[in-house]
Amino acid sequence: MTFRVHVRVMPRAGLLDPQGQAVEHALAALGFAGVSRVRVGRAIELDVAAASRDEAEAHARQMCDRLLANPVTEDYLVEVEED
Amino acid sequence: MQRVAVLRFPGSNRDLDALRAAERAGCEAYFVWHRDTDLRAADVVILPGGFSYGDYLRSGAIARFSPVMQAVERHAAEGGAVIGICNGFQILCEAGLLPGALVRNARLSFVAKPVDLAIERADTVFTCAFERGDRVRIPVAHGDGRFVADPRTLDRLEAEDCVVVRYFTAGPGIEPNPNGSDRNIAGICNPAGTIVGLMPHPENAIDPLQGAEGGRGFFTSLAAWQSLAGRR
Repeated sequence: MTFRVHVRVMPRAGLLDPQGQAVEHALAALGFAGVSRVRVGRAIELDVAAASRDEAEAHARQMCDRLLANPVTEDYLVEVEED
Repeated sequence: MQRVAVLRFPGSNRDLDALRAAERAGCEAYFVWHRDTDLRAADVVILPGGFSYGDYLRSGAIARFSPVMQAVERHAAEGGAVIGICNGFQILCEAGLLPGALVRNARLSFVAKPVDLAIERADTVFTCAFERGDRVRIPVAHGDGRFVADPRTLDRLEAEDCVVVRYFTAGPGIEPNPNGSDRNIAGICNPAGTIVGLMPHPENAIDPLQGAEGGRGFFTSLAAWQSLAGRR
């Protein structure tokens, strides 16, 4: 089976996120009031062939640990949907 | 004569500068392509600056899995000297050969200008021609140069004397810490001083034609390290 995997990689909480800050300032400048705690991360989508949803998720997590996310600075979230 | 392998990744762009700087210091320097797995009996390996693999995903994240990096990891494990400059430093951190990570500059913009550095450790492969406390002015040129690590790692780096160079203010028009690095750290090493990574570019300050010569000492260090390497 093939599973569509969505990976969300975000800067670790507590780490200065200058991109998030810049976007937050820009939104305020455009008149969007009440916006706070903006953070900018990265979304990665991939097809993964696996026998089960759990296996697809396990593979995706290994990919995150080895390449897709930096364990020093980033956290990730994996979501799997059946194709 | 010290044998210096300068690695070339797709997107390296300070490779020739590093090669010339090593040659000028009296070393025998040569390029090694990222697909090669033989460092050809190198004493010192330099991972030069640039934008390997276009900085895709994260700076250094893909270069870190190049075939040549397995040879670099073996070389490092055997006590061989490894130097990462700018993108090379990013690759060493991604590879886990040095702790921490290099992330987007705090003010987002790419910085290309001279910085003042304080030499904080003077017995590494890249700084052994200096004295502790020496100050040098060499350029930085990076967008992802903010060194970050968790507080425990930072404390360990300081306790084990692994901060090699730190940004330092000396004079008008020179800003300290061009990128927001934790504790003004510009370069670090492993405890043995055989693996060094730094963001600034000493290879771009070795000749009056480049406008500065503050980088020479790094390459005379590398050349002098030969005698120390002889102990292996």
